[in-house]
Amino acid sequence: MLQLDAVTKSFGDRTALDAVSFEVGDGRLTGFVGGNGAGKTTTMRIILGVLAADSGTVRLGGSVLGAADRRRFGYMPEERGLYAKMKVAEQLVYLARLHGLSRRDAEANAAELLERLGLAERANDTVESLSLGNQQRAQIAAALVHSPEVLILDEPFSGLDPMAVETVLGVLHDVAKRGAPVLFSSHQLDVVERLCDDVVVIANGQVRASGSRQKLQDDNAVRQFELLVASDAAWVREMPGVTVLDFDGGYALFEADDDDAAQAVLRRALQQGPVASFAPRHRSLAEIFTEVVK
Amino acid sequence: MTIADTRANTFVQSAVLVADREVRMRLRSKAFIVSSAILLLAVIASIVAGSIFGASASSSVTRVAVVGDSGSFAQVASLDVTEADSVGAAEQLVRAGDVEAAIVPGDGPTGIRILALEEAPSALVQLLSVTPEVSLLEPADQNGSLAYLVGLGFGIVFFMAATLFGTTIAQSVVEEKASRVVEILMSAISARALLAGKVIGNTVLAFGQIVLIAAAAIVGLVVTGQDALLGDLGPSIVWFVVFFAVGFVLLAALFASAAALVSRQEDIGSVTTPVMMLVMIPYFLIVFAWDNDLVLTIMSYVPFSAPIGMPMRVYLGTAEWWEPLLSLVVIIATTVVVVLLGSRIYSNSLLRTGARVKILDALRG
Repeated sequence: MLQLDAVTKSFGDRTALDAVSFEVGDGRLTGFVGGNGAGKTTTMRIILGVLAADSGTVRLGGSVLGAADRRRFGYMPEERGLYAKMKVAEQLVYLARLHGLSRRDAEANAAELLERLGLAERANDTVESLSLGNQQRAQIAAALVHSPEVLILDEPFSGLDPMAVETVLGVLHDVAKRGAPVLFSSHQLDVVERLCDDVVVIANGQVRASGSRQKLQDDNAVRQFELLVASDAAWVREMPGVTVLDFDGGYALFEADDDDAAQAVLRRALQQGPVASFAPRHRSLAEIFTEVVK
Repeated sequence: MTIADTRANTFVQSAVLVADREVRMRLRSKAFIVSSAILLLAVIASIVAGSIFGASASSSVTRVAVVGDSGSFAQVASLDVTEADSVGAAEQLVRAGDVEAAIVPGDGPTGIRILALEEAPSALVQLLSVTPEVSLLEPADQNGSLAYLVGLGFGIVFFMAATLFGTTIAQSVVEEKASRVVEILMSAISARALLAGKVIGNTVLAFGQIVLIAAAAIVGLVVTGQDALLGDLGPSIVWFVVFFAVGFVLLAALFASAAALVSRQEDIGSVTTPVMMLVMIPYFLIVFAWDNDLVLTIMSYVPFSAPIGMPMRVYLGTAEWWEPLLSLVVIIATTVVVVLLGSRIYSNSLLRTGARVKILDALRG
């Protein structure tokens, strides 16, 4: 488990991170969401040791991270880039060896990864000669070539074509399945909602919410229900303990004071005729996010 | 990863990997190979040319016609004597081009006169002139024009290597910043290891090139029979190599940290100009003040010019035995300080892209 404890960082008199604490569990896909300038990239750079924190600690499995631990991290920075004039395979081998792999292991890993990402036949081409989509794949390979035990990805989906997005998704799942903590930031809250086990919400350098995505959604749930019936649903307005928020012929969106009131609506609807659907309305992560960071 | 993988070990490993990449990428560059080959050929060509001109000046034979007593002239090795019956006949031979000049009886103190077609045959005139005896009261250890060439040689080699490889380091630093690959590198190894690798890699390349040139020069001198020069040059060349190694590391660290302040190749010039000055000033000093003892003495202790100044003084024989050692201590101490400050600037600037980073900000972190 990766744990951040009261990590603080200032640039001049601007406080970028203010006592940031959260956890990334083993095998958990953790989404890191926040607006521009909220502190996501700074937090990730501190985890990677690329930046030093002013105070606070980053621990892995209970012990404070050192340079040797960090070499087992995989990192994809928001600012993408590889050596343009180096060959793809050669570059991957170089990066893997910088992470401490032997030449043989590095070569084996690079070959396997290129095969899997569909880049095997471009292995001896320079990076600058690749198409944009293939450059993105090479970038993904660069974060994974040393079989990292922790994966930190800064906006891994930004600028990716749909095929590359699927590739990254697959990779994230595989790595998490091996039991590695995976932290990734994203502006695309729908992707985070679909993918993540846990969520960390950051705003102005402070963590506003963190924990299981399900729990976050439950905690911030409102008792809203959607009803769709064949006939007119105007009667819903007359039900006790119910406030209709939206209404259109057979469709009604209402808020109930308690579950009993909601169940009463469903019973009445069944008596009136066929019910096409009745469901509690989930608030999207985007909605919760806007509320939490306010 | 094993537990024995200590931090120091990691640092060395990383630096070696970075250095290895620098060397391999450079050796793959056609521009580098071609420019090295041209430099090498130029050195060989100048040695061969030197030997040819030297030989032709001393062994050329002048064909002359002599009127009168030819016996004394016939014994001179560099003269090919043709006897002529009269001054008129000698003049005919000169006009026909059968001989280059004619020696005929004359009125002057030498008793002879020289006939030539268009210009005075200086070699012949010199041969027949009377030269007064010269006694030097304080003979110089080394031949003056040769000393100038030696100084120029040290100056050019250091200047070329420093500018060529200094620029290479600067470009390689900015390439990593501009392509943003530097953040991936920094997540794997420390900025210091990256800097050390770059400096080591380029020092090895610069050194390799110098050794190649020196070897070509030595082989050239021996093959063309000019090896007497080697004995005089030996100690100063050894000192040059030692000072070069330290001085180059000093400049490489300066070039790398200066380049780390900017993020685009176009901006390299603006930050490396002051460093370039530190390379050029010693070069111009050795060209214009190679025979000024005071200038040379100062140069031999200032860290940026010591790699040229001290070997030069060793060659001229004006340095005491302990002076190169003292100067070496000065340059090593300076290098340590510069490398420490430089690596601080380098580490603190790598992730700042966009506008040029101010040196004070980079030092503060």
